[in-house]
Amino acid sequence: MKRYSIFSLARNALSHHEDWPQAWRSPEPKPAYDVIIVGGGGHGLATAYYLAKEHGISNVAVLEKGWLGGGNTGRNTTVIRSNYLWDESAHLYEKSLQLYEGLSQDLNFNIMLSQRGVVNLAHSEHDLRELSRRVHALRLNGIDSEVLSLDEVRRLIPILDCSPAARYPVLGASVQWRGGIARHDAVAWGFARAADARGVDIIQNCEVTGILRDGGRVTGVETTRGAIRAPKVGCVVAGHASVLAAMAGLSLPIESHPLQALVSEPIKPVLHTVVMSSAVHAYISQSDKGELVMGAGIDTWNSYAQRGSLPVVAHTVGAVCELFPIFGRVRMMRSWAGIVDICPDASPIISRTPVEGLYFNCGWGTGGFKATPGSGWVFAYTIARDEPHPLNAPFALERFSTGALIDEHGAAAVAH
Amino acid sequence: MTAPFDLRRPEGGRIDRARAMRFVFDGAGYSGYAGDTLASALLANGVRLVARSFKYHRPRGIATAGAEEPNALVQLRGNARSEPNIRATQVELYDGLVAASQNRWPSLELDLGALNSVFAKLLPAGFYYKTFMWPPGFWHFYERLVRRMAGMGRAADASDPDRYDHRWAHCDVLVVGAGPSGLAAALAAGRAGARVILCDEQAEPGGSLLGSGATLDGAPAMQWAGAVLAELGALPDVTVLPRTTAFGYYDHNALGLVERVADHAAEPLPGQPRQRLWLVRARQVVLATGAIERPLVFRDNDRPGVMLADAARTYLGRYAVACGRRAVLFTNNDHAYDAALALHAGGVDLAAIVDLRAEPGGLRVDAARARGLRVIAGRAVTATHGRSSVTGVDIARLQEGSDLAVLDRESIACDLVLNSGGWTPSVHLFSQSGGRLRYDEATGAFLPGRAVQAVRAAGSCNGAVALKDCLKQGAAAGAAAAGDCGFAAAPPALPAAEPEPESAPMRLLWVVPSDAPVGHKGKHFVDLQNDVTAADLRLAAREGYRSVEHLKRYTTTGMGTDQGKTSNLAALAILAEATGREIPAVGTTTFRPPYTPVAMGALTGRTVGALLDPARWTPIHRWHVRAGAVFENVGQWQRARYYPQAGEDMHRALARELHAARNAVGIFDASTLGKIDVKGPDAARFLDLVYTNSWSKLGIGRCRYGFMLREDGYVFDDGVTTRLADDHFLVSTTTGNAAPVLSWLEDLLQMEWTELKVRLTSVTEEYAVVTLSGPFARRVLTELTADIDLEPKAFPFMSLSHGTVAGIAARVFRVSFTGELSYEVQVKASYGLALWNACMEAGEKYGITPYGTEAMHVLRAEKGYVIVGQETDGTVTPYDLGMGWIVNDNKPDFIGKRGLRRADLQRPDRKQLVGLRLEAGERRKLPEGAHLVADRDAVPPMPMLGHVTSSYWSVALDAPIALAMIKGGRARMGETVYAPLPDRVAAATVVEPCFWDPEGKRLHG
Repeated sequence: MKRYSIFSLARNALSHHEDWPQAWRSPEPKPAYDVIIVGGGGHGLATAYYLAKEHGISNVAVLEKGWLGGGNTGRNTTVIRSNYLWDESAHLYEKSLQLYEGLSQDLNFNIMLSQRGVVNLAHSEHDLRELSRRVHALRLNGIDSEVLSLDEVRRLIPILDCSPAARYPVLGASVQWRGGIARHDAVAWGFARAADARGVDIIQNCEVTGILRDGGRVTGVETTRGAIRAPKVGCVVAGHASVLAAMAGLSLPIESHPLQALVSEPIKPVLHTVVMSSAVHAYISQSDKGELVMGAGIDTWNSYAQRGSLPVVAHTVGAVCELFPIFGRVRMMRSWAGIVDICPDASPIISRTPVEGLYFNCGWGTGGFKATPGSGWVFAYTIARDEPHPLNAPFALERFSTGALIDEHGAAAVAH
Repeated sequence: MTAPFDLRRPEGGRIDRARAMRFVFDGAGYSGYAGDTLASALLANGVRLVARSFKYHRPRGIATAGAEEPNALVQLRGNARSEPNIRATQVELYDGLVAASQNRWPSLELDLGALNSVFAKLLPAGFYYKTFMWPPGFWHFYERLVRRMAGMGRAADASDPDRYDHRWAHCDVLVVGAGPSGLAAALAAGRAGARVILCDEQAEPGGSLLGSGATLDGAPAMQWAGAVLAELGALPDVTVLPRTTAFGYYDHNALGLVERVADHAAEPLPGQPRQRLWLVRARQVVLATGAIERPLVFRDNDRPGVMLADAARTYLGRYAVACGRRAVLFTNNDHAYDAALALHAGGVDLAAIVDLRAEPGGLRVDAARARGLRVIAGRAVTATHGRSSVTGVDIARLQEGSDLAVLDRESIACDLVLNSGGWTPSVHLFSQSGGRLRYDEATGAFLPGRAVQAVRAAGSCNGAVALKDCLKQGAAAGAAAAGDCGFAAAPPALPAAEPEPESAPMRLLWVVPSDAPVGHKGKHFVDLQNDVTAADLRLAAREGYRSVEHLKRYTTTGMGTDQGKTSNLAALAILAEATGREIPAVGTTTFRPPYTPVAMGALTGRTVGALLDPARWTPIHRWHVRAGAVFENVGQWQRARYYPQAGEDMHRALARELHAARNAVGIFDASTLGKIDVKGPDAARFLDLVYTNSWSKLGIGRCRYGFMLREDGYVFDDGVTTRLADDHFLVSTTTGNAAPVLSWLEDLLQMEWTELKVRLTSVTEEYAVVTLSGPFARRVLTELTADIDLEPKAFPFMSLSHGTVAGIAARVFRVSFTGELSYEVQVKASYGLALWNACMEAGEKYGITPYGTEAMHVLRAEKGYVIVGQETDGTVTPYDLGMGWIVNDNKPDFIGKRGLRRADLQRPDRKQLVGLRLEAGERRKLPEGAHLVADRDAVPPMPMLGHVTSSYWSVALDAPIALAMIKGGRARMGETVYAPLPDRVAAATVVEPCFWDPEGKRLHG
């Protein structure tokens, strides 16, 4: 892998940038691999990367039916944080945040992690109590988080309407300073380039159409480019996890919904932190290009089509304008949707399955991007050792029969 | 150029020369006319430099005449009405308009940001992914610099003073676009009797006819358009919406439209919304959205004065503005000759027509030659000159098989470079509708293919070129759409268009060579707004960003505010070439709404401020306000939290209220609790299924407390339910959960147990409820009722009596959430205030004291009564709350029964409800939410036992108390647990979660 740096940029400038190599190869699939990862999104690519890097397993194929990072990796609002309520979640997302903190250097690809702080607003006594509970728990878990008074909120976000006359006045907030945003596409591309450099075959435009089994064991996958064999198959296909599981005769406790997001036209930066309000149903940040990036709620029906409806977007924009009245004349530039797989407890599944050698990593709901490196890291561990890492042991499929749920409904930025 | 030449031509155009409009751009005053756009008025005043580009801060001018404008973005208006990134080409000029250029410092002429151009070689597409990584963690530092360059215009500095409306509409046929095709379609559908909505983004319908100078039946085509509009205006079921952009096409033929009601004035008239958002659900849609001319990608094709050929024709024909004095046309097709000839006829000196084709032929070319114009075939513009305005071009002969054009070089002086690369149909909405696109080799364009929704495309957005074809397609689509809605429709008779000469084939050359390889000298811009060049696109392809979506994201092509209307096709064509694929194999990026940006205020409508969410008030609300209550939001309700008297803070007011409720009598407005009337022969069976306990045997007139669980076994809601009759119950819910509970119950009845005969009615707002609580509650009530026997034997705890209270028909429930003797008096809502007043009057001698939600919380916590959502969080079972007695396991089934049996819900070390007492003399409450640990000296990350759910100062105990959920709590009675707080570690003893009258003597009294 040719390293990226200001020096390589300068050197290539002399040759009019005509000598840059491919960021990753586009190989033909081999007949067999040690591990197949189905799904070339951030989580799948991270899994392949950590399989090679941490476990020395580089005879790996990542199969992607479309283009790398074209699913939710490229459709989210790029928020990263680890301020989760339950210990299990907090530790998993914190692992991920820590990996993010060194990721640009690790991958030699600038993912532009911007730890500008994530602010959660409280609008009622109930919100304040919940926020306090979360901050206390995080502090004892060793994760940074603090409560902000109304005055501190006002100083931090001058354009936020903190008037007591508001319908749901802001009463206070919590902040995780290490939280922030990153460039989502760069995360996928960076993992792809680094995994490729370690020998992983990334195969785009290769759709899995069946999961090959011999008795209770997985033996490979059938694809639009022929059968590919492997003793271990890891599936990381947000939006279609239940479809893929059905190919192996498994039924997952997952509902799939469209989730929309939108950006405004670029404006000069006025919002320097990520702001979330579950009471008013909005979350928003401003990108380094100047666009306001906003996440809407889910459309309530089930769907696999990456389309949403206008009223859902309008509702979110209304909430943003309620919090930031100066944005009324700023204009929405682009809106889109992805499909999110939601578990009953709004926590993911990172697990072995009843089919030997078949692993699933899914159900990240509305918040998978922030988990990308951590998810890949524990999934790689799970696949390599055929047993979960302690960090993802609580996220096994069995929890839906034992009842040991990790209910993070309250953790979503917008009440979904 | 010898004779003086006024850019504003003396005649022609659709401007009103009698109405001059003054306006200001970048502080300088100018004048234009009614009917001008800001762009046409600037051009008429000779203003060429209007903007700087995003990345390199290159000088930019007006390149187009419409929604596709990539360059001419301005900051419009000022102060609270200031708007960023407005396309000057779409701003109707009004008197007093103020606009300014943006993204430049210190001025448009001298912009230091242009220093970026010096380093351009270091800043190829995606450069930021490759650098700013050293030293580790320094991105924050670099990012600060990047953010200084970010954005274009500025958000306003104050709240938007304008109002926006929403409108929902249905129609038979929605016609998008009022050019010739759209007008013909609307006419066909309207005449057939269909309900038609015709919308167009411009102030004046007519589309291309407005500026083309075309004729129909030998008369100016706009006469025909005027007649059509007059006829449509007379049809009762036809709505014509000018200044209205259909920006999004959603499922089920729902389209979002934004109507700019008042943007053509400095501010809206009193009472007028600025904009109106329409959500139109149409049975059939006709898209007549036109086409956008495609620029050629040649070196330094971005200088002010480089303009689309048809835009220049529009400026001349519609606004009587010559965009320059001496022009060169650079084209790959015949059609642009029309524009050149029009400009020539309008007095513009046409220095040359440079045609990429080796042997252009046909009537248009002949006409140009016949007028003595110089047609230079087989050559290309290889460079442009000038700084803030173009001053000339270099041309050279194209060589077969070479990437360079160096032969027969010539320089031509000019101040206007018209260019045309053909036309790109506007298929945005068609694609958004889910329709498939097909690639047309001859025109190098994607056209509508198979439709998925009830939609047709007509006219130039459908590939039609000649006016007569546009009219014909429009009329046919309108008639067919009306026909599909059940109307007998026939295409109307159409006027005759001038015969148009056959077009010779165009020459598709996606990147025009120059005297150096692309990227070595100058810049071939593809996306003008985001400064993406052909070299950038080739770099991306070289690096493996071969998917068109990767290309877009890596280079940012097409991601500007124009969404790549003039650049996307060229970008994907260049990608196709670079990767050796055909254009259809590369495909387009997804067309995403909105077509043009939509103000967030318009999307919001009126749902801000007080209308964000309705505030619900109880019938007694006014009394609380007069009493000076402090309110809190509980769900949508505003509830009195406490009633401070003069000089009291919350703590003291609370102490007074608590004292009264425990020692005299308190009065509380409990009207907000959800009330659901459950009626039907299967009502008791139904409640047996949704509650954990049994209802079949509950006596009439008796009350019972119950839990509803979710299917997973966790507590969902609680409340007291009363049997009013054999087949009739009144269910009460928590305040916040009233609607979710009703929805859940309806869901169960309609989807799961359809055989049950039960009807549910929300009666929350039908009744006001006044709670009297305290040792003197009975005495107060005695004074108010003659027909209810209040003796404990006749009216025991957990029962209901009917009668009259203060002369008002009432249901009186003897229930208690305070631990004191309590009555809840329920009357028709309209009598609520009268009842409250009567109670206050009768209770005066007993020291009756209103108490709010805060005191209510303390009173119930002293008793250990849980609040759903405070002690519970969706992970708590009745057993966890120490209330296993409420679960009747003998029932064959109830919601949550199976969930409760799962192994994890049976663990003995689950978090359980306990009380906490602090050390004697400790006056500081534990913070709610504080987490508890067993080891006083633990350091993070430390194992936690649970958390404090409720914590109050208990007036009755004169000490702080708390409730908590802790692991294995029932087995920890008497143990000490610790709450590590930021400033101290607090110790607490685990006790039973009931601090007051554990035997319940008082409430049974």
